[in-house]
Amino acid sequence: MNGMISMAYLFSAVMFILSLGGLSSHETARRGNIYGMVGMAVAIIATIAGIVAGAYWMVAIAMAVGAVVGLSLAKRVAMAQMPQMVALLHSFVGLAAVLIGWGGFLDPRVSLTGAEHIVHNTEIYLGIFIGAITLTGSVIAFGKLQGLISGKPLMLPARHWLNLAAILACVVLGALFIPADLNAGTVINLLIMTSIALLLGIHLIAAIGGADMPVVISMLNSYSGWAAAATGFMLSNDLLIVVGALVGSSGAILSYIMCRGMNRSFISVILGGFGSDGGEVAEGEIDGEVVATNFDEMAADLEAADSIIIVPGFGMAVAHAQQAVSDLTDKLRKMGKTVRFGIHPVAGRLPGHMNVLLAEANVPYDIVLEMDEINGDFPQTDLALVIGANDTVNPDAVEKPGSPIAGMPVLEVWKAGKVVILKRSMASGYAGVANPLFYKENARMLFGDAKESLQSVLGKLSG
Amino acid sequence: MIIAIPRETAPGEARVAATPESVKRLRDLGFSVAVEKGAGAQASFNDEAYVEAGAEIRDDIKQCLDGAGLVLKVQAPSDEELELIPEGVTLVAFLKPAQNADLLKKLADKKINALAVESVPRISRAQKMDALSSMANIAGYRAVIEAAHNFGRFFTGQITAAGKIPPAKVLVIGAGVAGLSAIGTAKGMGAVVRAFDTRAEVREQVESMGAEFLTVEIEEEGSGTGGYAKEMSKEFIDAEMALFREQAKDVDIVITTALIPGKPAPKLWLADMVDSMAEGSVVVDLAAEMGGNCDYTVADEKVVKSGVTIIGYTNLPSRAATQSSRLYATNLVHLLSELAPEKNGEIDINFDDEVIRGATVVKEGEITWPPPPPKISAQPKPAAEKKAESSAVVEEKPAKKKSPLSFLLFWLVAGGLLLWLGKVAPPDFVSHFTVFVLAIFVGWQVIWNVTHALHTPLMSVTNAISGIVIVGALLQVGATGSGLVTLLAFVAVLVASINIFGGFFVTYRMLKMFRR
Repeated sequence: MNGMISMAYLFSAVMFILSLGGLSSHETARRGNIYGMVGMAVAIIATIAGIVAGAYWMVAIAMAVGAVVGLSLAKRVAMAQMPQMVALLHSFVGLAAVLIGWGGFLDPRVSLTGAEHIVHNTEIYLGIFIGAITLTGSVIAFGKLQGLISGKPLMLPARHWLNLAAILACVVLGALFIPADLNAGTVINLLIMTSIALLLGIHLIAAIGGADMPVVISMLNSYSGWAAAATGFMLSNDLLIVVGALVGSSGAILSYIMCRGMNRSFISVILGGFGSDGGEVAEGEIDGEVVATNFDEMAADLEAADSIIIVPGFGMAVAHAQQAVSDLTDKLRKMGKTVRFGIHPVAGRLPGHMNVLLAEANVPYDIVLEMDEINGDFPQTDLALVIGANDTVNPDAVEKPGSPIAGMPVLEVWKAGKVVILKRSMASGYAGVANPLFYKENARMLFGDAKESLQSVLGKLSG
Repeated sequence: MIIAIPRETAPGEARVAATPESVKRLRDLGFSVAVEKGAGAQASFNDEAYVEAGAEIRDDIKQCLDGAGLVLKVQAPSDEELELIPEGVTLVAFLKPAQNADLLKKLADKKINALAVESVPRISRAQKMDALSSMANIAGYRAVIEAAHNFGRFFTGQITAAGKIPPAKVLVIGAGVAGLSAIGTAKGMGAVVRAFDTRAEVREQVESMGAEFLTVEIEEEGSGTGGYAKEMSKEFIDAEMALFREQAKDVDIVITTALIPGKPAPKLWLADMVDSMAEGSVVVDLAAEMGGNCDYTVADEKVVKSGVTIIGYTNLPSRAATQSSRLYATNLVHLLSELAPEKNGEIDINFDDEVIRGATVVKEGEITWPPPPPKISAQPKPAAEKKAESSAVVEEKPAKKKSPLSFLLFWLVAGGLLLWLGKVAPPDFVSHFTVFVLAIFVGWQVIWNVTHALHTPLMSVTNAISGIVIVGALLQVGATGSGLVTLLAFVAVLVASINIFGGFFVTYRMLKMFRR
């Protein structure tokens, strides 16, 4: 029986690897998702059939309730709200890991001694620690993305020292907890540690500004994986270990990619506080003036251009303008123009966020290109259309070494013949730095809600 | 200051240096204009129109030049005309400074300041004064018209009740301004157009005009400074000739526009190529004035060799005199607004101005030709551009170099730790740890292949997969005998299920949307 379960687990693990592998291209992505579902189903059925004795009704109720909640959440969520959804789901993994850790700790069946006891307790301790940080951190990230909490970083005095003190306290508590046997004292130790970890999760994420949310989300993704792996160690379950490691490394890679997209070190993102130094760049340093355009002029610009690159940013998601963008793209393509999209790695609040929004609005994915693929084409492009992007198109990043965002790779829209920027106001982006792009000679601003503006322009286009 | 517009006296020259429209604009710059009687007649501008525009009509060239400070002409002055131009006057015309050293000397002796319009540097700012380009545009257009006139067939293909008419095939050699203009005209008339140029950078321009771009399979870049082509190596020319021989058997019309500044035109369309062309074919040689691109070309003549008409007219713009006069006059207005920035009718030959410095060939008795080379090529090479870009990026951090020692140290410490772990940890843990580390590496390899566009689905699917902790909760539910543990596990199963179902479904929703 045990052998069969192990084989079933092996099968699921392979399915999960294939699932992630499937996402390497659009053609195989859906198959990849199905592999994942199959792997999950096999793992759950094997566990229930092979190990769980009795209490079937409890399992059934819990899973049914979970399924209803999960499916209704997934069904209702708008694609623009995807980041919040992912953050919320991460918090569930964190919660489950904490609960399972406590369950494993309180499990009366376990009676280990010596090294095994120490290893087991370490695993419990780590699992709960990571799980708790994931739980509250994800909840805070959710709040920030949903707008329930201000996106501004929370800057407590001596915040780094607070974090350090919290971690040290956990280490000390751990040293007391791990060798000890189950008694009232260890329960209290573990409770204190759980509370500290929960608070640490809140504080860590609250200190990170809204612009860094893509990194935070992928980091939490990674944490939830490590929490699952720690649980696997605790329960001596290889499947959990494998999956935890897969998810953990996936999140780590995504975080790395995001950080590289912003030219910032992972540490500086984690320590937080970015975006609080706004207004440091004096307005006087920027020469030239902002020229506003109107719907007629923009329609004429679009008609005159042969090649157009659209650069969307988080503002497009906020204005729910993706459908209008898609309609405009369709029309321009029918008029025989080359229309492509340039996506910055950190555009939006989630890695790949823009791609999902554009896909939702039926923009063909083969005209949606990455920054590195399209950056060289701007000089040969007649018109660049910036929709709700700001920091990701800021020329300061390459032109001004002293700028806070210096060295960050950006989409070089100003090299196009003309740039039209759709924006609500002259406010600065999340990085809090002014954007000289708006003052360039070939730049035109179209103020207002992106969705309404695009619809008006669409109406003005002939043909 | 008075501007004199004498009638052109060179044989075959129908153009004039000012039109009624440009006279108005010259007057806006503060000048008065004196036009010789009948100066615009051949270009269809009559004297009344000039008077209406505010010019004064004078009876002959002598009167016309009387009191003038500035003389605008199309062609360089003949010796007789030169006699009549007073000392200290400024002359603007096509002077061909590279071929006309004698003329420059005479101008210098007479202390006549001279600006040669063809010497205006080819920089973006000076495009509006670039008379060579405006004339080349007309020459290209006119070349196709001349070819069509001498070609016994239609340009466009048709299928009629009286039979099928194949489209004419046109080959344009040299895709400069004239070449591109010829491509556009021929294409507009319905011909099948091909174009050849040594400069790879013009491919896009050629293709944008609707012609097929022909190349030879040799890596060599033909761009010189100032947007002109340079001379090519022997291998390249051999390959080029082979290509042309092949094309000669196929095409009906050849228009050659290849010029190298200051040198005789390269011979590109050789006698044997003409001989192999079908009878009735036409060759238009726009380089006839510089010796011609075709072996058979006779300047200013139309000759027929082995049934092929070879047209060597040197002054094609003059054959569209109204249009070319308009463009040339406008170019001159732009040049004068540069010369008279104050708009007070006084000119200042300011050598700090790159455009004026380039155009001026004689100043105050000194020959100032050739000018210093233009500062930048009109189209920088892509490689150079890239270099500039990377240097614009702020001081790149020096790459971290790992010394072999620290590398060795890292693995020694890591290996030592692993050995220590193996010694103290229970065997069960060791096997789990092995699985863990290997899984990390598998994940690492697999995830790097995920395309950027799918990162959001990746997150939601990994999120669903991390719901696998449900297995841990399932193991605890009801199995431990402790009510508290069962409760904890029950909640864990519930939230993990939310994850599994929610995660997979939302991924499914997202992936469904991606379409090609």
